[in-house]
Order: sequence, then structure tokens, then C-alpha cells
Amino acid sequence: MADTNHTQVVVIGGGVVGCAIFRRLAMGGLKPVLLEAGRDILSGASKANSALLHTGFDAPHGSLELSCMQQGYREYMSLREQLNLPLVKSGALVVAWNEEELGKLDGILAKAHDNNVTDVVHIDREALRRQEPLLSPKAMGGVHVPGEHIIDPWSAPLAYVHQGLAHGGIVLRDCRVESGRFDGIWHLDTNQGEVTADLVINAAGNQGDIIEAINRPAPFRITPRKGQFVVFDKPAARLLKAIVLPVPTERTKGIVICRTAFGNVLVGPTAEDQEDRIHAEVDQAALKQLMARGIEMLPGLANVDVTAVYAGLRPATQFKDYQITAQPDRRWITVAGIRSTGLTAALGIAQHVAGLYGASFGRLANSAPIWTPVPNLCEEQPRTYQAPLSGEIVCHCEWVTRTEIENALDGALPAGDIGGLKRRTRAMMGRCQGFYCSARVMAIAEGKITP
Amino acid sequence: MKTHDVIILGAGPAGLSAAAELKRLGVQDITVIDRETEGGGIPRHCGHTGYGLLQFGKLMTGPDFAKRLVDRVSDLDLRLGHTVLKLEPNGRLQLAGPNGLETLQAQKVLLAMGARETPRSARLVSGTRPWGVMTTGALQQFAYLQGKAPFQRPVIIGSELVAFSSLLTLGHVGVKAVAMIEERSRISAWRPGDWVARIGFGVPVMTDCSDLRILGQDRVEGVSFQRRGVTRTLECDGIVFTGQFRPESALLTQSHLELDPGTRGPVIDQLYRCTDASYFASGNLLRGIETAGQCYREGISAAHAIHAALQDKLAAAATPIRIEAGGALSYVYPQRLTGRGPYDPLLFKARARVATRGTLRVLADGREIWSRPINVLPERRIAWRVPAIDLTGIHHLTVDLQPRK
Repeated sequence: MADTNHTQVVVIGGGVVGCAIFRRLAMGGLKPVLLEAGRDILSGASKANSALLHTGFDAPHGSLELSCMQQGYREYMSLREQLNLPLVKSGALVVAWNEEELGKLDGILAKAHDNNVTDVVHIDREALRRQEPLLSPKAMGGVHVPGEHIIDPWSAPLAYVHQGLAHGGIVLRDCRVESGRFDGIWHLDTNQGEVTADLVINAAGNQGDIIEAINRPAPFRITPRKGQFVVFDKPAARLLKAIVLPVPTERTKGIVICRTAFGNVLVGPTAEDQEDRIHAEVDQAALKQLMARGIEMLPGLANVDVTAVYAGLRPATQFKDYQITAQPDRRWITVAGIRSTGLTAALGIAQHVAGLYGASFGRLANSAPIWTPVPNLCEEQPRTYQAPLSGEIVCHCEWVTRTEIENALDGALPAGDIGGLKRRTRAMMGRCQGFYCSARVMAIAEGKITP
Repeated sequence: MKTHDVIILGAGPAGLSAAAELKRLGVQDITVIDRETEGGGIPRHCGHTGYGLLQFGKLMTGPDFAKRLVDRVSDLDLRLGHTVLKLEPNGRLQLAGPNGLETLQAQKVLLAMGARETPRSARLVSGTRPWGVMTTGALQQFAYLQGKAPFQRPVIIGSELVAFSSLLTLGHVGVKAVAMIEERSRISAWRPGDWVARIGFGVPVMTDCSDLRILGQDRVEGVSFQRRGVTRTLECDGIVFTGQFRPESALLTQSHLELDPGTRGPVIDQLYRCTDASYFASGNLLRGIETAGQCYREGISAAHAIHAALQDKLAAAATPIRIEAGGALSYVYPQRLTGRGPYDPLLFKARARVATRGTLRVLADGREIWSRPINVLPERRIAWRVPAIDLTGIHHLTVDLQPRK
């Protein structure tokens, strides 16, 4: 890239948070440049999470995390129709499985009300059984959180980035920031050459402290926390409606069991600290434990096949709250330590960052939004295969048409790698994991993506 | 809405042999549906030889066999690129095709959707999730349908017959496997298979391998495993998971039809009839994998039952006798008997969970009515006929395999 490539603002990191910030700044009239080290957006922490839209009922009271989550929740609800983002209105149940947990429910309810999630109520054993008859009878009672919902973890950030592109932003993928220096403006050295910018926003996720060190000794340290998940095949979706949350312990939120937007059932995550920031391995023993725990809570899962397993890394720091600060004299904004709540909070974080920008760096314009709806992959809403002339179905497990695959390889931000193609279409993500379709999908993708 | 005489789901050996037989028996209105854009089923991408000797009197390759099956029924209503979305009671089907959603109605439906291998995910294999991990079925489609080698130095997991098919498939695109890895202490295919792999293909076979772990980030970089107390790592750029076939029964799991957790296929009676008498099933959908020739024969048998049913010549599916697998058997089918005939002698098929030397028995309401000594290996078909027996008043049959003491 020529060094004449100067931009007002660079966002480092194309995860869900980076994509939302990119969108917000582009809509504010800046021409942000999003730098993503991977071959496609969502290559890091954002590629693997539990895909829930949270109310913030259990978030730390008074935290930045809570305010970003609630702001993000509201904005997701307000724009989801224009961007064609799905919403499975499932509600959640925090379920107590023993006396000790039962004793903690009052505290959970009080915290929810403190957090202004006022529709949260107790639910007794009988009502729980009526609502979720297939849940294990060992469930002793719980708390009902009607506002917790299921979303598509990939279509949302994809829609954000597309909207940012429509508003004049630029995305550079396979662009790794290696070092940088500040002399009134930022000079970032990347594998694609130097990029200069008036302002840098660090949204580098699991690399957050490494990128931060370009600017200053990082005041936080990222310790990736690995979460493994087991995905059960679609027949499991008939077994429950609500998201079933555990009563959290000090260390972790515990194992969730819920449907997915794609009609499967998910059990996870584990919580394992590790040093490695890139490799997220699944482990047979942990997967078996997750399955056993899932079956214990929802016995019907015992008769359903496993479709997929995966692991993700959440960028945890030594602090509980998000690490979001502006350093006006350095022309740098830090957005770090966004853990599993990032999918919910992303739009709220973007608004918060826009506020920091406005306070220190300049005014953001208020242009009319250009809407960039994304293809729907949620089973509860119309899918492409249901329409005439959609081309034949190529992926038979997830009912993905040739047209959808071709579209994902085209447009403003075509899939950058196989993972990106899978996230955009779900091709090869079903129960056969490509037995039937992978050769055909790769033939369609020939010349556009390389394995 | 028009009611078709017979709709066959799946244009593989079982479905197409049934179609040809029904045509021969004089059934007029037969529709065959397949979601792929070409008929023939799995043999379509088994480019090596080994097909057709018993059916067509000559040894041929999978694609030639598939073409032969399709050509014989080319005058029938063959709908390719159509996906059935839902099986509804009494032979009503929801499907998606190039023209969007459709509903079809048949007097009788034959389910012949075949089987597929168990992928890495359902095997709960440890490690990273890079590109380059696939099943034999996917590899065959890359190699035989696209002429492409998805990798250059793969490791093959498993040693069922299909693992040797993957060696042949790799050879077709000029690729040699690094090794063949088996969890059991002997290979699952016939014993000389070991020599075939080592000498015929120059591929080392390692048995007793456990704790498999996949290495690599974007692409496969290797595989590690435990062998005789030692952790070993092999560098490779691809991994082929072979075998552990299971019925492609996703449509059934969402339907009203009863499934057998043992076979993972539909519960059938001695006439290949499902728990809704409008539905019949045959071929690999019944239990995972058998040869194309077996599926072909089952298709013909199911066709005869369907033909009889269309003429109201089948006994009604009144109070069935349940059949359960016991002892070392992981499953047995048919899973029930209906009516009193014309089904004798009864043909049972089963598989053993572990290598067993012992006695195969049939118990009627707990009382032994038939037995024979047997020596079986896992992953091998056991098939036998039990002579006609009077089952009046019997509610329950158990078929079991007891190891010799």
C-alpha cells in the first residue's frame, strides 16, 4: 500500500466489536479503515460464542459492560428488521439444580431489578415444568428472564460491516499490524505496507494487549479463556424453548443449554484459561463432559446426534469490566477485555466509542442510514430455498442453495476463506460436515477462495 | 392433488433397483426423487471397480454401475435436484425444488436415502479444526467428480473396507497416504487388508492408536495419538475419517416414523414396511453400510412388498411382534413382525458390537426357539434365515449373541 494512504481513523480488529465501531464511525461521516489480520472478518474471538442477546440482568451493576449491553440490546432491536437480522424470542430460565443454587435465586432477581431488567420473575418448580416439560425433573426452580434471546452471531457483525462499507468505510483483510509510531499522526506498519491515521482504535480482541503495547505499556493483560461447545442435531430443538442458564459461580457463568438460530441445540461453554491466543482446541474428555451435563439437564439429548463441536477464545483480562478508554494526546482509543457479552454489547460499545470520539476528537455527522440487509439463515424466518428459482440445494444438511453460496462469494465483502463462507451460508456446517457437499461447494468457490 | 402410485426417495442402488423392479411388475406411476443433480447414489463417486458382477454379469466401476442403474429407469419420472423437507403421515411429502416448495402425495413411499460416514465432530475427536479434515465420501467426490486432490500427504483414520477405497481414490489423483491408523488392535476389514495397504500401496498400518488429536490452524499440519503408551506425531496435510457409516435418517428423526436407536434407521417389519404402512424402507438407510449389491437386492425385495401392498395383498400391520437385539448384538432388523405371513422363513440381519465366538439365538417370549454357533467380527454383517415357525400368541422376540463360556 502506498504511504499516501492516509485516513482519519483506523480500527484494528474485525471482530464483532470492531465491525460495530467501524459502522458507527462510517455512519458518522468518517472514512474509517478496518484492519483485520485474518483472511476474513470474525476470524478470532467472534467466530465462536454462544450467540445470545443478553438483557444484562446478571451483569455487574453500574459497570460499563452493563450500560453497553443494554444500549447494544436496544439498538439491535431497533435496527434488526432493516438489516434482516434474526431474533428467536426464547426468553431464558436461570435454573437451580440444588438447594444452594435455589438460595441464590433471590439475589439474582434483586440484581436483575437493580439492573433495570424489571420483567424478571421467580418461577417455581411446577411452573418450570409446565414451561419446559422435557427439562430434567431435578430442576428445582428458577428465575425467568423474558428478554434474553437467540441471534445469529455472524450475520449481525456482517451486516454492521456492510453498512460501514456502504457509508464509505474500507476493509483491509489479511492485514496484520506489526508495529507503529506516533508523531502527531499514527504510522502503522502492516504486512501490506504503512497505513497512516489521525486516530487508532484498538479493538484487537485476543491480541488487544499486544496491539496496545504499540501505544503504551498495556495496563491490562489478555488471558484467553477457552470455551468449548457441543452442537446437537436439529431434532433436539423440539426439546426446549428457553435458554437454560445455570446459577453462576464466582469464576464462571457456567454451562448454558439453548437452541441456536439455525435450529440446533448448543451446550457450553467450558471456561479454561490458556496462554495460546490463536489455537482453540477441542478436547474429547471435555466434550464428553459437556454432553453428559447437557443430557443430565435435558435427558432427551441422549437420543440426538452431535452435529458439530467447536471452541472459542474469549479475551479476558485481569479486570472484570471492559477496558475502554480514550487517550486524546496520543490520538488512540482502547477497546479491550470484551468477553462473551461482546455480541450483545457491540452496538452499545460503538455508541460509547462515538461518544469518546465526540468528546476529544471532533464531531460525528448524523447522516441518514443506508440499510444493507444480509441474507437470513435462521430457520424461523423465510430461507432462500423456499423461494422459486433459488438454484438447487447444495448443502443438504443446512439446506443452502447454490445462489446463496455464489452470493457469499461476491458483493462488497466476499468470503475471504472457507470459515467465512461457512459463517455466511452455513454450507458444510451441518450433520454430515461436508460428506455430501464439500467438493461441490469448493468447485463453486474455485478461484475465489483457497483453502 | 394427484396421488402417485409410488414415490421413491433416493436414486442410489436400493431406490433405483426398486424402481426398475416395480416397473417390471407393471406399476405405472413411479416417481424417483433425489437431491443430487445426478442419479446413482454413492457408486457415482466410487471410481474404482468392484461393482455389478452379480447384478449385470460383469465387473464394472461405481460410475458405470450407477449409470446402468439410472439408464434402466430413464423413462420414469426422475426428479433430480429436489430435496424432501418433510415426511408426513400417509405418504404426503413436502419438498423444495427449482420451482420452490411443493407437496406430493403417494400411495406408497419407499425411503432409500442411504448412509454416510460419521464425521470428525460426531466422533468427538480432539484438536484444532483446520481445513483438510474430511470423510471418504467427500474425498471421492473431490477426486472422481472434480479430478482434484484436496491434499498431498493425508493420514487415513479407520480400517473398514471403505478405508481401502480411500487408498484407491487417493491413487487416482496421484496421492499416497502417510499412514492408516486404527483404534482397534486388528484392522476391521478382512485380514489380508493389512498386507494390501502395506505392500500394495506402501502405506503403513498402525493399530492400537488412541487419543487422536488434530494439529494445525488454517490447514492440517499433523495428527498425534497414543500408541502402546507413547505419544506419536505424524506430519500430514489432510485427514480422512473413513467408515462408521450411519443411515442418512435426518428426515426420519423429524417425522412420525419410529426409529431404532441401534441401527439409527427406521423400524421396519419383515416386509420392509415402516411404522406408517404408507412408508417402506430399504438399502443402507436401514443400518449404515452394506455393499451396493446388498442394497440392490433389498430394493428388489421392497419393490415386491410394495407391489403386493398396492394390490391390497399385504397383511394389515396389526399388533406387531417386537424384535429386540441382545447380548453382543448392537442391532437386529427387521425390528418387528406384522401379520402371519407370507414372510417365512424369516430373514434377520444384525451386527455384533465386538468380536464374538458364541451362540446366536432367537427367543420367543423368553423361550429359545432357534440357535446356532457363530464366530463374528465387529463391522461385519450377520444374516440368517430362521425357518417358518408358529408365532401364535407370541408378543416379543429377542435375538441375541452370547459368547461361549
